[in-house]
Amino acid sequence: MMEILRPGLLTTVQDGGRMDYQAFGVPVCGAMDWISLAAANILAGNEWDTGALEITGMGPAIRFEQDCVFALAGADFSATLAGQPLAPNGAWLAHKDDVLEMGAAKGGFRTYLAVAGGLDIPKVMESQSTCLAAGFGGFEGRALKKGDRIGLREPQLWLKGLPQRMIDPLYDPDAPVRVVLGPQNEAFSQQGIETFFESEYKLGVQCDRMGCRLEGPSIALKEGRSPNILSDGIVMGSIQIPNGQPIVMMADRQTTGGYVKLGTVITADLPLMAQKRPGDTVRFEQVTVRQAQAARLYRQRKLKNLQGELDRFDRW
Amino acid sequence: MNYPILPCGDCAVTVQVGYEISEETNRKVVSLMRALAEAAIPGLRELVPSYSAVCVHYDPEQISYEQLLERLNDLEIKELSSESASQKIVEIPVCYGGEYGPDLAFVAEHNGLSPEEVVAIHSGGTYLVYMLGFLPGFAYMGGMDERIATPRLASPRARIPAGSVGIAGGQTGIYPLASPGGWQLIGRTPVKMFAMEGETGRFALSAGDRVKFVPISEEQYREMEGEV
Repeated sequence: MMEILRPGLLTTVQDGGRMDYQAFGVPVCGAMDWISLAAANILAGNEWDTGALEITGMGPAIRFEQDCVFALAGADFSATLAGQPLAPNGAWLAHKDDVLEMGAAKGGFRTYLAVAGGLDIPKVMESQSTCLAAGFGGFEGRALKKGDRIGLREPQLWLKGLPQRMIDPLYDPDAPVRVVLGPQNEAFSQQGIETFFESEYKLGVQCDRMGCRLEGPSIALKEGRSPNILSDGIVMGSIQIPNGQPIVMMADRQTTGGYVKLGTVITADLPLMAQKRPGDTVRFEQVTVRQAQAARLYRQRKLKNLQGELDRFDRW
Repeated sequence: MNYPILPCGDCAVTVQVGYEISEETNRKVVSLMRALAEAAIPGLRELVPSYSAVCVHYDPEQISYEQLLERLNDLEIKELSSESASQKIVEIPVCYGGEYGPDLAFVAEHNGLSPEEVVAIHSGGTYLVYMLGFLPGFAYMGGMDERIATPRLASPRARIPAGSVGIAGGQTGIYPLASPGGWQLIGRTPVKMFAMEGETGRFALSAGDRVKFVPISEEQYREMEGEV
């Protein structure tokens, strides 16, 4: 078991997301940063999309009630275990009654705490992810609170490579965020599309797991075009522009939406959006679908290489 | 098929079958969904129907964008006739008025009808489910009689119980789970719009279904409570 001594700003159980129920209006949810979730799980020796704790902005304090191996990957939360500082991306053995203390996020906004062997959280509709909007999945369908106790599925007492099981960051958080045009880019004027790709946008205060509201130069529609459309499917990364200002739809988005979408943040760069905090700026760069798919494959290869290295990493 | 295919990032495309809310467009959506299910194209993951489009999710490691476009363009769609598309009628029992439908009297008064007439009109029609969205299990339905159209409440309620049947403007809908909302509540169904049984979810309605509301008594409501 792990006991939550202090929950932090927003700590929820998330995995690779709840697929196959969007036709019934069920949001996908899941990790905001799929690369960091995968990295934490690889460090912990788990499958990539195993449920982990997603930690946001201000970290929690957690007491381990038993010996177990756990891993962190994502932003730096100045974590300490039993008073000893931990690197932002690595795996460690916690002993019974050790306390993991985390502070404010630096160089990003989210990190993932994976426990080797997984969390003992039941699956709902085939996923451990918390659906905050509808109040199901994860731990009682909500963010963690002080006093919550989370069971561990198959806690491990050792992993190959410990205590040097660490990795470097897997992507450059300050790189431009790449975007594929569509599905409704034809609704915008050429000028509007140029504005979007040539300007800097700032994340507003309304940024959460549902979406990131951006502020910057207004993006013009074609003359006489309405920003409203008949609601259609939206994906993670869809860029809705209801009133000239973009909103990037994220993990907890509704399954459908009724505003024009200029483009979609590519899968490879969703983690860059997920790690931005209110007040940060972002620039977008246009790519083709083919380039986006190559970039996704590149990120996955990097994760596979990392897994291969850790699997070979045997100091014994 | 020759519908426009619009990229939705690197793992999905939107197939645009039309540009209006109509029974005909819904038939095209349902026909496309069936054709895609039958074609079983490798790498297709999830199909999300809406009023006039289908969002097709795919795994680019199994099928590239170019291959997907080719397979979609080659897809033969058997357009469903108006009869065959609307065969599935889902009966939703509703206990109208009383504590379950606190706004029934207002809806009646607003439209110059008696509460009994509102119930007769609401349960007399059949409603087409265009799509689901907004909340898990929430169906966007069309076909409500204009005679019972009523504006939303001026100030929304903080909590509406699951199963509540309401009217907002010219639309009717069923709240799948307890949530805040401004719809005029005319009744409640004991049927769960979605249920999580073990690991899998079950849903009462799908896009393309027809809904018929069947009036029941409070006693029947209590007997049926908990059934799916």
